Amino acid sequence: MSQTSVLTGVTPPQTAAQVEARGARPKPFFTPRKIIIYSILVMFSLYYLFPLYVMFTTSLKSMPEIRFGNIFALPQAPNFDAWVRAWTSACTGLTCQGLAPGFWNSVKITIPSTIVSIFIAAVNGYALINWRFKGSEIFFAVLIFGSFIPYQVFLYPMVMITRELGIFGTLQAVIIVHTVFGMPILTLLFRNYFASLPQELFKAARVDGAGFWRIFFEIMLPMSLPIFVVALILQITGIWNDFLFGVVFAGTQNYPMTVQLNNIVNSAQGTPEYNVNMAATVLTGLVPLAVYFISGKWFVRGVAAGAVKG
Amino acid sequence: MQNSVSIRDLSLNFGSVKVLEHLDLEIAQGEFIVLLGPSGCGKSTLLNCIAGLLDISDGQIFIGGRNVTWLEPKARGIGMVFQSYALYPQMTVERNLSFGLRVAGMKKDEIERRVQRAAEILQIGPLLQRKPANLSGGQRQRVAIGRALVRDVDVFLFDEPLSNLDAKLRSDLRVEIKRLHQRLKNTMIYVTHDQIEALTLADRIAVMKNGVIQQLADPHTIYNRPVNLYVAGFIGSPQMNMFQGTLSGSTFTTDDGIAIPVGTYAFDTPATGAIKAVLGVRPEHIVLGDEAANMPFQIDAEIEIVEPMGSDTLAWTKIGGQAVTFRCDSDVVIETGQKVRLGFDTARGSIFNAETTNRL
Repeated sequence: MSQTSVLTGVTPPQTAAQVEARGARPKPFFTPRKIIIYSILVMFSLYYLFPLYVMFTTSLKSMPEIRFGNIFALPQAPNFDAWVRAWTSACTGLTCQGLAPGFWNSVKITIPSTIVSIFIAAVNGYALINWRFKGSEIFFAVLIFGSFIPYQVFLYPMVMITRELGIFGTLQAVIIVHTVFGMPILTLLFRNYFASLPQELFKAARVDGAGFWRIFFEIMLPMSLPIFVVALILQITGIWNDFLFGVVFAGTQNYPMTVQLNNIVNSAQGTPEYNVNMAATVLTGLVPLAVYFISGKWFVRGVAAGAVKG
Repeated sequence: MQNSVSIRDLSLNFGSVKVLEHLDLEIAQGEFIVLLGPSGCGKSTLLNCIAGLLDISDGQIFIGGRNVTWLEPKARGIGMVFQSYALYPQMTVERNLSFGLRVAGMKKDEIERRVQRAAEILQIGPLLQRKPANLSGGQRQRVAIGRALVRDVDVFLFDEPLSNLDAKLRSDLRVEIKRLHQRLKNTMIYVTHDQIEALTLADRIAVMKNGVIQQLADPHTIYNRPVNLYVAGFIGSPQMNMFQGTLSGSTFTTDDGIAIPVGTYAFDTPATGAIKAVLGVRPEHIVLGDEAANMPFQIDAEIEIVEPMGSDTLAWTKIGGQAVTFRCDSDVVIETGQKVRLGFDTARGSIFNAETTNRL
């Protein structure tokens, strides 16, 4: 059959079903499977995006428009008045300076807490894996056990400790508390990451004469960027979003943004200003949101760590 | 002459597990020693003890006449090469080589001189500015050897350095390591589970099992006069043929009732009376056809399987009920089912006491 077609130069007509399989297998896009997967994905993203949409549009509306009641409508005259008010002049309890002071308090709490806790946890994890000492396994077990105990149990003892130290109600107190409570999970994170790095690297560095800190800074740290990014994200978002420790330990002067947001939203005076509330909420959530957007790629890499090859 | 490395009564326990027990090993200056054994036999552990990467439980280690038992790895005058290369991934080859020297605070021009020398010896000059990720396996292992080389040490420790390489590269680098040893004349201690590496490289091989050195001897002795059944079975591929039977005077009778004369065998410890014994014969010491006619022991057998290996041919058969392999020239034509005349001289075999498993 094919021989005759070669001879005559005429290709016999073929329907799709008759085409002999050859080369890459065709991958049609609209298969039932894909349609189901994508419609479920779209549904869920709408489910999560809708509240964000309502918050954002409401924050751009004026109060009369909000009272009109149609929360899904787009704003008729979008303006950022509510945002300005939320940032500069909304009342957080007795003072009416908006969220700005709270924002800077949160910055002052988050940056040192994150840096100190990650540094200590990295050294912890490194020492637990590479410089095993007598009882290091027990030390680690106790540390991990600490992460299973609810925070509330520690709250009152921590209050007493910080009071005895004379730092209760200060930035130092809340920074120390964040550092201590971040320790179990961060140490676990770093320990497991360092455990996934080849032991022979550490041995080679020791034969080369490097000591504890030199191996840590020159060999281990340069290989640990992915896990540092994971730890950064965990700590920045965790500490930024924290309410409990802020309200207990920081003192009224140093209330973080979350506490002040709560004070704005829950203020009992007058009619609730929904647009200001919405704007304040979005403002408070911007930092963790930005962290996720910027470092999402690194986050995935860090979670999938262990793929670091020598 | 003073020994380069001397291990005296070394023991190592992990909790209640005894990994090494009362181990003694004397290594001469410039000697190439291979620690050979299956995984878990303690050979890598012993190497780590010598390097100072593991704290020992008892005993002493001397390197170059100095007691280094309590010294840090860097102070022991050793360089080490690892199976996974263990190159610092974020540093260039040059900085990998110079890391130890920089840690030691050596002068820049001296570092430069040593790195250049190592690069020249190992032919990695063009790779100096590359990162390890951009090197092939063979190149990486060469850099790893270079890292030991620049430190100008007395003793080189190799921990299965070729096990991560493919077969061809492995045999290439094996020759290079031998050449390196001939050029540098350093003491080298080399851990492997590959008997070919051991036999080709070593001045002396220490065959280890369960943390104990079974036999320490030159490759020829290890291969031809193994001290016990374990060494006999571990060295050689395919395995030595082992006949179970009884030794009485100058005759060995297999359990199947075949009498094999052992009058030509040189006994280490002559046996008295009739004892249970094992007769071991290497596949290449069994001969075929006309050659067999001159052998003290001859028997007819039927070929079961033929494995042409290229350089030679392996054949599987039975003597009595015992499966036997023998090796013959690849030009000899043998076929499955063929009846052949086999013969061997026990002078080249090994006889072991079946109870103690030691050589007789």
